[in-house]
Amino acid sequence: MTALGLLTRPGRARTLAGFALAAVVLFAVAPVVLSDFRLNLLAKFLCLAMVAVGIGLAWGRGGMLTLGQGVFFGLGAYIMAMHLKLADAGPGGVPDFMTLYGTGEVPGWWEPLRSAPVALAAIVVVPCALAAILGYAVFTRRVRGAYFAILSQALAAAFAILLVGQQKVTGGTNGLNGFRSFFGYDLTDPVNKRMIFFVVAGVLLVMVAIVRQLMVSRFGELLVAVRDQENRVRFLGYDPALVKVVAYVVAAGMAAIGGALFVPVVGIISPADVGVVPSIAFLVGVAIGGRATLLGPVLGAVAVSWAQTSLSESFPSGWIYVQGALFIVVVAFLPGGLASLVGKLRRTPPQASPTPPPGPSGPPAAPRAAAVTGAATATATTAAPGAPTAPVPTVRAATGGHDD
Amino acid sequence: MEVIMSQLFAGLSLGSVLLLAALGLALTFGQMGVINMAHGEFMLAGAYTAYVMQGIFADAGVSLMLSLVVGFLVGGTLGLLLEMTLIHRMYDRPLDTLLVTWGVALVLQQAARNIFGAPNVDVRAPEWLKGAVDILGLAVPRTRLFIIALAIACVVVLALVLKLTPLGRRIRAVVQNRSLAEASGISTKATDRLTFFIGSGLASIAGVALTLLGSIGPTLGTNYIVDAFLVVVVGGIGQIKGAVIAAFALGILQATIEYSTTASIAKVLVFVAIVAFLQARPQGLVSVRQRGIA
Repeated sequence: MTALGLLTRPGRARTLAGFALAAVVLFAVAPVVLSDFRLNLLAKFLCLAMVAVGIGLAWGRGGMLTLGQGVFFGLGAYIMAMHLKLADAGPGGVPDFMTLYGTGEVPGWWEPLRSAPVALAAIVVVPCALAAILGYAVFTRRVRGAYFAILSQALAAAFAILLVGQQKVTGGTNGLNGFRSFFGYDLTDPVNKRMIFFVVAGVLLVMVAIVRQLMVSRFGELLVAVRDQENRVRFLGYDPALVKVVAYVVAAGMAAIGGALFVPVVGIISPADVGVVPSIAFLVGVAIGGRATLLGPVLGAVAVSWAQTSLSESFPSGWIYVQGALFIVVVAFLPGGLASLVGKLRRTPPQASPTPPPGPSGPPAAPRAAAVTGAATATATTAAPGAPTAPVPTVRAATGGHDD
Repeated sequence: MEVIMSQLFAGLSLGSVLLLAALGLALTFGQMGVINMAHGEFMLAGAYTAYVMQGIFADAGVSLMLSLVVGFLVGGTLGLLLEMTLIHRMYDRPLDTLLVTWGVALVLQQAARNIFGAPNVDVRAPEWLKGAVDILGLAVPRTRLFIIALAIACVVVLALVLKLTPLGRRIRAVVQNRSLAEASGISTKATDRLTFFIGSGLASIAGVALTLLGSIGPTLGTNYIVDAFLVVVVGGIGQIKGAVIAAFALGILQATIEYSTTASIAKVLVFVAIVAFLQARPQGLVSVRQRGIA
């Protein structure tokens, strides 16, 4: 677990410095350099990065390929949007779309969301509860790997279909939009938009700090152990299901908060943001940045969103090709993401610098072997389960080699 | 009685569509363990094959029958290319295969959009499939009957191939014990490729069949991929039998719930039912071997 080692001991000062740098960039540089429009765009990217942080924990560290984060993102977003709609309508008022499509009456389960504290609590509690129930049901029965991925994807599909189908209470395909204020602050005022950016940036930093603490804790080591050899962890007396549920719930909570903040930043939430396709799109950035690293998912998600926005402006259909190609190239050929390249570069200089690279007939074995082992250790922490080399005869035989 | 019959038929009809979509997956995912997210786009390839064929052949019946054959070859070839370029190097990383094939799916889908246009297109049904037949007082559309028959035919042929032919024996051998199969002289590489060819070809046959049910568009594959995977998960891996039972069970369940509520609620309830079912049988309905030491 070299990556863990890097993070713990010598890394503490560097981590603090990293946080300080990120804070300066987000709070001091970005607002000065970027126009209001671009700053709002960055806020949107940071919201998506929150989902990515959670995925990094669940998938990169925990090996749970969750293809349904859009559900938690969507739950957080819709709860926030419902509250904003009710707040805009005033006490006892009815949101505009309900009079348009429905009976003009607010359904009972909407009512509690009129209160801001209830809505804020629900944003975290509802998605986390759903993740806990689903995760507990699935993980204790040892449904994992591809099976879990497919189930989580089905959840996203069902959620999006439900939202579209219940137009009278969810706004249907159009989703919820046209928010005028955010907890009393006028959303048309650029100053308030800036304030929201600061909130988003601050929340993201807190999330990264939480995940960092989780990663270096005992829990983080257990999570990686469960990913790599679930049965061994079970033999040691731990309950792997519990470890997985915790990681899954944390990831869900982060996705939900990202979704909730997405609403005032972007001004609309619709089924198109939460279904199967957007749910899996969340993974691109995580895969590119380096799924098992701390900052890889964040930077990857921001970079991918930025690339998507700028490419879509000039070539509308080009982005889908790029996105597809990114999935193929990064996952097939660089499973550790760009972070694994950084790791490789960092490890090679001692060998590479003293002698110039020998010719093809020379003795190139040593440096090349070093580079290869460097790559191997870099991917060892990131590669999919099944990577561990030590044999576990009974287990492997029983699972037929195609285990998750 | 009539209500029950019509619901049962709606369920059978939906089940046969699910079965056609999932049959190829039962091979590639169930037997080989490859999660091919581009499976839906192979269905799309079949559907657009039918669309192109009707431009070449004036007679809709001839075009449909030829489409089934040509579609199988088109889908199979696409699958073969995918296996040879990407999947074969990732057999030990099933989850990553999922993401890579999703990337392939995105590219194929966008390519279809650029070639055939984003709006839906229609494929004419032949005269002899128009109208309905009267079965026990129920007006049953002929296209639905055709799809049920096609699904049964595909299952029977596939089962016979797996059971009786040398290729089928090789496939089963590789599934049951890859290294032993290899040691006894079976080329697992060639077997993998052929299996993948057949599985992808079956997806395209499903796509051709779907053109009988309505217009087709670039998102056709995405609409079916999740359900198709659920069928295989519920059915259990390793045997075609599981997929057949699961497809019809899910079809009837969906149709029945849909009757008393709405389509969107039914989707959610079916999902809940599946999670509950996996509580009882995590390995699915039918399984030849345990996954993990449960």
